[in-house]
Amino acid sequence: MSEFVPITAPARQRQQASIGQPVKRRDGVAKVTGAATYAADNHPKDMLHAVMAVATIANGRVRALDVAAAKAHPGVVEVMTPENRPALAKNPDDRDNPFMFRLDLLQSDRVRYANQPIAVVIAETFEAATEGAALLAPRYDVEPAQLDMHADSEAFVPEAVGPGAPAESHVGDIDAGLAQGSHRVDSTYETPAQYHNPMEPHAVVAAWEGDKLIVDTPSQAMTIARGRLAGLFGIDADDVLIRSPYLGGGFGCKGALMSPQVLGILAAKMVGRPVKLVPTRPQMYGPLGHRAPTSQTLRLGMDDAGKLTALSHHARTTSSMFDEFFEPSANISHTLYASLAISTTHDAVRVHTGTPMFMRGPGEASGSVALESAIDEAAHACGMDPLAFRLANYADVEPISGKPFSSKRLYDCYAQGAERFGWAKRVLAPRSMRDENGLLVGWGLGTATFPVIMFEAEARAIIRADGTGVMETGAQDMGQGAWTALAQIAADSLKLELDQTVFRAGTSDLPDGGVAGGSGHTATVGNAIDAAGRNAIARLIDMAVADTDSPLHGLAADQVEARWGRLQAVDDGARSEGYADILRRAGLRELEGHGRGRADADVGERYAMHAHGAVFAEVKVDPDLGQMRVTRMVGAFAAGRVINPRMVESQFFGGMIWGLGFALHEKAETDPRTGRIMNANLGEYHVPTNADVANIEALIVNEDDPHVNVLGIKGVGEIAVTGTAGAIANAVWHATSKRVRRFPIGVADMIAEPATAD
Amino acid sequence: MNHFDYVRPTTIEDAVAAASEPGATYLAGGTNLLDLMKGGAIKPARLVDITHLPALNRIERDEGGGARIGALVKNAGLAYDDEFAHDFPAVAEALLAGASPQLRNAATVGGNLLQRTRCAYFYDPASACNKRVPGAGCDARDGLNSNHAVLGFSDACIATQPSDFCVALAALDAVVEIAGREGQREVALTDFHRLPGDTPHQETRLAPGELIVGVRLPKEAAAFAWHSRYLKVRERTSYAFALVSAAAALKIDDNGTITDARIAMGSIAAKPWRAYDAEAGLIGSQIGIEAFAAAGRAALAGAAPSGDNAYKIPLAQNAVARVLARAAAGTPRELPALPGAPFATATGELAHV
Amino acid sequence: MSLAIQITLNGESRAIELDDPRITLLDLLRERLELTGTKKGCDRGQCGACTVLVDGRRVNACLTLAASLEGASVETIEGVADGPELHPVQQAFIDHDGFQCGFCTPGQIMSAIGLLREARVHGDPERVREQMSGNLCRCGAYAGIVEAVLDAERLTARESERGVA
Ligand SMILES: Cc1cc2nc3c(=O)[nH]c(=O)nc-3n(C[C@H](O)[C@H](O)[C@H](O)COP(=O)(O)OP(=O)(O)OC[C@H]3O[C@@H](n4cnc5c(N)ncnc54)[C@H](O)[C@@H]3O)c2cc1C
Ligand code: SF4
Ligand code: FES
Ligand code: FES
Repeated sequence: MSEFVPITAPARQRQQASIGQPVKRRDGVAKVTGAATYAADNHPKDMLHAVMAVATIANGRVRALDVAAAKAHPGVVEVMTPENRPALAKNPDDRDNPFMFRLDLLQSDRVRYANQPIAVVIAETFEAATEGAALLAPRYDVEPAQLDMHADSEAFVPEAVGPGAPAESHVGDIDAGLAQGSHRVDSTYETPAQYHNPMEPHAVVAAWEGDKLIVDTPSQAMTIARGRLAGLFGIDADDVLIRSPYLGGGFGCKGALMSPQVLGILAAKMVGRPVKLVPTRPQMYGPLGHRAPTSQTLRLGMDDAGKLTALSHHARTTSSMFDEFFEPSANISHTLYASLAISTTHDAVRVHTGTPMFMRGPGEASGSVALESAIDEAAHACGMDPLAFRLANYADVEPISGKPFSSKRLYDCYAQGAERFGWAKRVLAPRSMRDENGLLVGWGLGTATFPVIMFEAEARAIIRADGTGVMETGAQDMGQGAWTALAQIAADSLKLELDQTVFRAGTSDLPDGGVAGGSGHTATVGNAIDAAGRNAIARLIDMAVADTDSPLHGLAADQVEARWGRLQAVDDGARSEGYADILRRAGLRELEGHGRGRADADVGERYAMHAHGAVFAEVKVDPDLGQMRVTRMVGAFAAGRVINPRMVESQFFGGMIWGLGFALHEKAETDPRTGRIMNANLGEYHVPTNADVANIEALIVNEDDPHVNVLGIKGVGEIAVTGTAGAIANAVWHATSKRVRRFPIGVADMIAEPATAD
Repeated sequence: MNHFDYVRPTTIEDAVAAASEPGATYLAGGTNLLDLMKGGAIKPARLVDITHLPALNRIERDEGGGARIGALVKNAGLAYDDEFAHDFPAVAEALLAGASPQLRNAATVGGNLLQRTRCAYFYDPASACNKRVPGAGCDARDGLNSNHAVLGFSDACIATQPSDFCVALAALDAVVEIAGREGQREVALTDFHRLPGDTPHQETRLAPGELIVGVRLPKEAAAFAWHSRYLKVRERTSYAFALVSAAAALKIDDNGTITDARIAMGSIAAKPWRAYDAEAGLIGSQIGIEAFAAAGRAALAGAAPSGDNAYKIPLAQNAVARVLARAAAGTPRELPALPGAPFATATGELAHV
Repeated sequence: MSLAIQITLNGESRAIELDDPRITLLDLLRERLELTGTKKGCDRGQCGACTVLVDGRRVNACLTLAASLEGASVETIEGVADGPELHPVQQAFIDHDGFQCGFCTPGQIMSAIGLLREARVHGDPERVREQMSGNLCRCGAYAGIVEAVLDAERLTARESERGVA
């Protein structure tokens, strides 16, 4: 592919039919009938089943595996261990870029965390493979595990946090700021390890055809995954086909190819037959990433008017013993509140766990719950309403950088959310609201924010002889609605009706669809599609004006526009003809256009680009029993151009429910002696159920951003996790006057003496 | 899951004979058994499928108003039997507070009584657990134990019995009907589960091969129908095991004096815990917050933390007080939308307002 | 040992040889009968993704031993639509955006159909929430699911009224 159209068109020239419409999911029928094929639904001929055996220790060596017992189990075909695993072209411990993670592919007998894969049993049936794995009955040389994130002597400052963000940032003099304030908050908040738990595990169905590899597996980034596989197996990227038409949720843990997926492919190579490997739910707590725990200390100074004089945010986090991802929690404090001085710092301790990684709102979610709690404590210290306090510290330029915002309608989010929620009726003092049954009622607020992130993606547009269009890009739909929203952009870019536009995505042999992550997929791929469509139309216009038989002959290209499958003269609608006519006369079966989407570095230099929102929550707490319920949530979000409000609302709901889980439910419980996660399942690792979500509303605040990208798209996938968890924690405090600083907040926190009284 | 023999008898005699072999176990709904087998916590050599036994899936009523529930009646089937729910509302509420609709449709009355503890170390074959492997030790003692027992535990085991159903049954003096090789016998539900002592692996009074054929609620139990409730405190609004639960049944005369009282608590011991002293203390009292709070305190007399779970003691006290207040307020005509949940309370029932 | 069972599967009578007594209904459907619409999210009764109807009632297929199903009737997501005609619950899920990734959706829909047959919702969203809580949705599509169930309930009620009239 050689032709790319640079993104230069003016931002607001578009007024087509599809973008902005609440189109229903185009993959809806497939999903409600069970016809949508997720990775594990594939069943190539002669397929075998593989099941992993995983370590029950967190540090040490595997001394023995009873391979003979496993092999003796009827149906077991092969046992893959470090001793016989097929060779790889690349060391799984090599790492070339921040989006690549080190893998556990049976490279040795070393165990670095509990639930690390230590062998794979391959059998004719799932039942036989499962029992075979149990029969391996590993014996270990156990070494002491380091599990304590509070081990200060082990702490170090990482070179970078998140994918390459600075570990420390400062503006102004923090100590002077703190000294200057007449009020002070100094609080430490603890957030636990959380696991993504997409409903669909990282299943893989792998089939080798000679040196060619066909892989059905969920991936948020097929092109990167394909490159990783090509590297590991020493084959050409073009010889790897990844199919990921539907992901059963991703949330970050399907962003990089993970060990179990590669083990399934290795197993297929070993036995020379297609293999299916699906990690069990408990096995998803280890080799598949998680959100690292944090301990965050916030020190805030405020003057008599309630203005921040200092905002210091320090975050301690963990990474694994062998690889790096540092949850960049403190960096949330860069953008939201103006303060005379801001300081954000991180340090970390290595522990014997699997490697943490991106999890919906990485850094933002955990950082936000601490920051929003601290801001609430600050408002209380100043005797101010939490909304008034936030408005008093509203940032007109990005505090850490001094850059103007490309757009920021946070004020309207506060106003519309507060109005809808009825915030004005809030009683200032905590523990002073009750419902008609005597339950304690609390109202809390949290500010939401998420940066505009763009990766790189390409798209190919095709106008066909019959006048219909095709748009191709290897985009990934993990539930956010790519099949629908990107098709809407595609139709508009080709100036066609939605049902005249075929949208192809979900396989790695299409143009690079980039990464479905960072809330940047719609922006990145959307702009690639938009550019590809415009490129195709431009070429069509060039053909028409040069064609003596065209009614448009002789017009300058900019005197012609496309509308509903026709080209027409800008100032004479009667001078027009259909796409099909132009192609027919030219004897062409189809015409292609190409486009690329990526961030404009120059814009990023000039502007701070973020989506914003405000989340209001009502929590009821039983004063005697401590059980809590979020009875109402209103979120208002300004996130640039909305492609499909139906899908965007669902993204906001999902994010808010994640925030709810963060505040009240989610926590991996590690045995402090063995490092094993004792609630590694969906029964005891709680995520919110339907009954936990009473009334939920998401308001979309219109926001026109002329800078972020041509289409004006920010991102909606992660922002709503931020703000929400803090809003709920603040509502619990407002209901009870108990400030719980260790998450999730549980019944015991409400029953026992308050962790700390305010 | 290990390989096992599967047999599907069609008579109780055949079932008992088949299950008397060492390593054999009954399969009913399978919702606890298969879960434990998949995790490798138990490895039965033979499954005796009792789901095709005749006549164990009936709910029968006797003249006096008592009920006999066949062991294979589904949890949902019992809770949604309108006549049964009308007469034994706390039982229906407890059933509907448990698990999920899907699980309640599969889970049987007998299986529910015999469901095992949810202690994570019991579930995890790599952990030491006296209940799973006698003499192996107890990893919960110094481990994660915030939801373990505060009553009746021992050095050997601090686990709880997690059933909701059993709590209401214990309050109402239910009787378990058992068939064995020597014929039928019965055991009071309050005696059915054992405290751990030195033998936490012996959880009930059942001898090997014995089959639960039914559960009987005596006619006296129906007399509490107007004032019977169940309450369950948990970390999630639904689909979660209890931290603490409590059932209460009252008889109240026209002057508001309590003439009879039944109280049982769940998830605080290895058996559903009947609070006889608290009951006795209530009789003759006026209904009201003070009496209920006192009953709560009495119910937890002798309780002590077995680990990181001291909060369960005041919590259980408050739960008892609350469920008594609910029972005193009267059984609702229709069960609330969230059965057993603290929310949607009736006005004025909160103790510590 | 080989085991045979006779079941009715989506209305069709089927004699099925089980190659292993350990097979659950879920693995029977997914790995042996090419009915992969029913999903495995946890394999332990903790998520509801595997919900199917057995004898008209919703259960978790992952905790149902196939061998014990002798004589039972099983309905799965594949048997719900009438050819191209969607079941009202399916249509309502689309109309109310009752899913995102779609992985929990077959289970949600079977559960909703089971719930409507139980006929205990009576238009009360709180009852729907509680009665649909055996189906986790990590995407958080709960609001749409509740609306879809209520909508389908209204529609079915109207249709049965018309049927009577
Ligand atoms: C995710 C999840 C959540 C749950 N939540 C709750 C909850 O909140 N509250 C609650 O109370 N329960 C809960 N449960 C447990 C559930 O109630 C039990 O699994 C169920 O009641 C067991 O019944 P069953 O028929 O499926 O028993 P099975 O699993 O078939 O059997 C259980 C045991 O009983 C034995 N057995 C069964 N029937 C008989 C009989 N008639 N005679 C002798 N022995 C017999 C079996 O051999 C086996 O040892 C939950 C379960 C799961 C999986
Ligand atoms: S508390 Fe009981 S069940 Fe839990 S590990 Fe100890 S002995 Fe086993
Ligand atoms: S797969 Fe059966 S409940 Fe999760
Ligand atoms: S739609 Fe993704 S889990 Fe429910």
